[in-house]
Amino acid sequence: MTAQEIVFLLLGVVTVGSAVLVVTTRRLVHAALWLVVSFGALAGSYLVLTAEFVAWAQVLIYVGAVVVLLLFGVMLTEAPIGRSDALDSGNRWAALAIATATAGVLVTVVVRGFKDAYLPPRPGGGTAGVIGSSVFRGWVLPLEVLSLLLLATLVGAIVLSRTDVVREPSDDHDDHDDHGDPADHGDHDGQGRGDA
Amino acid sequence: MHVVYPAVVAALLFSIGIYGVLARRNAILVLMSVELMLGGVNLNLVVFDIWLRDRLHGGQALALFTIVIAAAEVGLGLAIALLVFRTSRTIDVDAPRDRREDRGPADDEDGSAAAAPAAAGAEAEPGAQ
Repeated sequence: MTAQEIVFLLLGVVTVGSAVLVVTTRRLVHAALWLVVSFGALAGSYLVLTAEFVAWAQVLIYVGAVVVLLLFGVMLTEAPIGRSDALDSGNRWAALAIATATAGVLVTVVVRGFKDAYLPPRPGGGTAGVIGSSVFRGWVLPLEVLSLLLLATLVGAIVLSRTDVVREPSDDHDDHDDHGDPADHGDHDGQGRGDA
Repeated sequence: MHVVYPAVVAALLFSIGIYGVLARRNAILVLMSVELMLGGVNLNLVVFDIWLRDRLHGGQALALFTIVIAAAEVGLGLAIALLVFRTSRTIDVDAPRDRREDRGPADDEDGSAAAAPAAAGAEAEPGAQ
C-alpha cells in the first residue's frame, strides 16, 4: 500500500464519517458544519488524485458558497437551532434499508469490476492550465450553455423570492384577471398574506 | 493507486446521500443530502478521468460543470424553501398538504398544519410528497 493510498483512505474515512454525521445529527447547524468537514476532506481527496483545479473549485464553491447559503437558509427559515427530534421523518428505517441495499449493490459492482485497475502515478493531469485549455478548447459550448443556465437560475431565484409580485392562491380563486395591473393585485395579495 | 478505493468512497457517499434524502424531513437537510450525492458523482468523474487519461479531460470538466449546477440547484432550492416557509410557516417536506394530488373534496386540509399530524400521514401517503 503506497503512501498515496494511505492518505486517500484516511481522507475517505473522514469524508464518509462526516457525511454520515450530516445525515444523522439532530442539530441543523451541526449538519451544515459537518458538511464543511466532508467537502473539505473530499477536496483533499481530489488533491491526492492530482485533480488540483477541481479541488480548489470544490473548496471555493462548496465550502465557501454553498454552505454559507445553506446556513442563510437555516437562519431565514427560523429553524430550530438546538437539538430537535423533528428533523427525521417516520420512514427512516425504510430509507436505511434502501440506502444499505444501494451501497451493497454499488460497492459489490465497483469492487468486482475494477479490482485490477490502477491509476497512473503520473502527476500534473489536473492543473489549472491543463483544465482551462481543455475547457476552452473542447467544452466551450457546454460552458456557454452553463453560463446561460446560471443566469436563468439567478433570475428564477430573484423571481421566487420577490414578495411584491402577484401570486393567486388556488383555493379562493375568484374571477378577476390574473394578468392585470400588478400594483392593484400586489396590495390585495399583501393583505391576503398578512394573516397567513 | 487502486481505482477501487475512490470508487468505493464515491459509492458510499452516494448511498449516504440517498439515506439523507429519504429520511430527512427538513428541506435544507434534504438539500445537503443532495449535495452529498453530487459529491460522490464528482469523485467518480474525477477518478475515471484520471484512470482513462482522457485527452480532453472530459471527466474533470464535467465535474466542474456539476459543481456549478449544484450551486445553481442550491440557490433555487433555497429560494423555493423560503417561499414555502413564507406561505406555510414550515419547510418540512411532508407538511404541505395543499399541493398534493386531488383525491376528492374531502381532502381539503389546511396547508399550515403542524409537523406532528403530517408525520402520521407520511407513511400512509408517500405519493403526496
